[in-house]
Amino acid sequence: MRDGIIMEVGAGSLVPEVLMLKHEGYRLVQICATKTEKGYELTYSFGQAYKLVNLRLKLAPGAEVVSISDIYEPAFLYENEIHDLFGIKVRMMALDYEGNLYRIDQKNPFQ
Amino acid sequence: MSTRSIVPFGPQHPVLPEPIHLDLVLEDEKVVEAVPSIGFVHRGLEKLVEKKDFQEYVYVAERICGICSFMHGMGYCEAVEHIMGIEIPPRAKYLRTIWCEMSRIHSHMLWLGLLADAFGFESLFMQSWRIREKILDMFEYSTGGRVIFSVNKIGGQRKDMDGDMLKQFMEVLSGIEAETKVIAKTFLGDKAVNSRLRGVGFLTKQQAHDLGAVGPFMRASGIALDNRKLGYAAYPDIDFEPVTSEIGDCYARCDVRIREIFQSIDIIRQAAAKIPEGEVAVPVKGLPDGEYMMRVEQPRGEAIYYVKANGTKFLDRVRVRTPTFANLPGMLETLKGCDFADVPILILTIDPCISCTER
Repeated sequence: MRDGIIMEVGAGSLVPEVLMLKHEGYRLVQICATKTEKGYELTYSFGQAYKLVNLRLKLAPGAEVVSISDIYEPAFLYENEIHDLFGIKVRMMALDYEGNLYRIDQKNPFQ
Repeated sequence: MSTRSIVPFGPQHPVLPEPIHLDLVLEDEKVVEAVPSIGFVHRGLEKLVEKKDFQEYVYVAERICGICSFMHGMGYCEAVEHIMGIEIPPRAKYLRTIWCEMSRIHSHMLWLGLLADAFGFESLFMQSWRIREKILDMFEYSTGGRVIFSVNKIGGQRKDMDGDMLKQFMEVLSGIEAETKVIAKTFLGDKAVNSRLRGVGFLTKQQAHDLGAVGPFMRASGIALDNRKLGYAAYPDIDFEPVTSEIGDCYARCDVRIREIFQSIDIIRQAAAKIPEGEVAVPVKGLPDGEYMMRVEQPRGEAIYYVKANGTKFLDRVRVRTPTFANLPGMLETLKGCDFADVPILILTIDPCISCTER
């Protein structure tokens, strides 16, 4: 994949694509959620040396996403953040704070 | 048979200027696991993008952190400038480089002082912060501020540095360089300091990669990755290589940061020698539409500014992935197997900035 690419993936192909990147030696750089008109989009960024590639998963409101923390251990922090700020349910996180990563008064402020 | 117990560490602790909590699972005096807990002072600065237009948000970005405030402002501006196709003047790029490296010296000096304080070497703490004060004076002289500088704007810089100021800065930097060499001897050569740093908190190259570590924490484990090489500001015109160490312990992290201070002084000298004459900003026309992920090498490591714009003056999303957030999994790994007494030093060696993390 070329540097800076944002490749759209479906819910079913997220894990295989992430596994492929892991196999190719990419590191997890970040996971970012954005609210859109039709729901949410999650951008998973991976780096190899100075190259950055992104996978984008579009989610309908209320949809769940499977965790990638068993593939990339640091993902649990990003996924808990996404859950706390956007209310997106992430299944099978390696460490689930159950909504308590951030101690904020307003629940899911970006929802 | 060893006794297993859980010891709460933080959120208020003498070694932590900002709140973070760890549940340390101990077997006798050895840490076997650490579970982090953050979010005590989450400020929701990313949410503010809904109420501040894309030009005003520069001031919010600067306030993510009081140490890297210049770089936060610059990272955000560079992201918006990429979206809008704005090419800032060459002089502005050099000014950004100089202020970035001043920020790095300031941050590393602050860290050295905190480290010295953590292992009880108060005079070394005092000397580190005394030297740091000179950098803050340079900031005050050139920007008017010591914490928040407000010199970044979309399209360039709000202030310039004239020839006399740069000449004066070169003299101050020579003094800082000489004084840093003196304290570096103690940090890297003193027997008592070595006993606290050497062989403590190892992170291998593979672990640093797998756990997504960034910055000096990662480079001290042998990964030569420095986002300044991506070519923002005037870094393409500057001759430098990432500072690394192959050791991967607390000593290596200290060594890398000290060498980065000398490297930053050299970069400022190169930039001051090459800075072209000309304007420091260009007018901004139109509104941003599109998205961009800007990567900046902050003192603590890679920071990512994701900006998504919709063609209006209000942005859809600003997201800042800060270096401390990325370094938390690596820090947890280094804690496993360490002595309980080494926990404060170990936490400090990732140079945690909770203010950034709680943006």
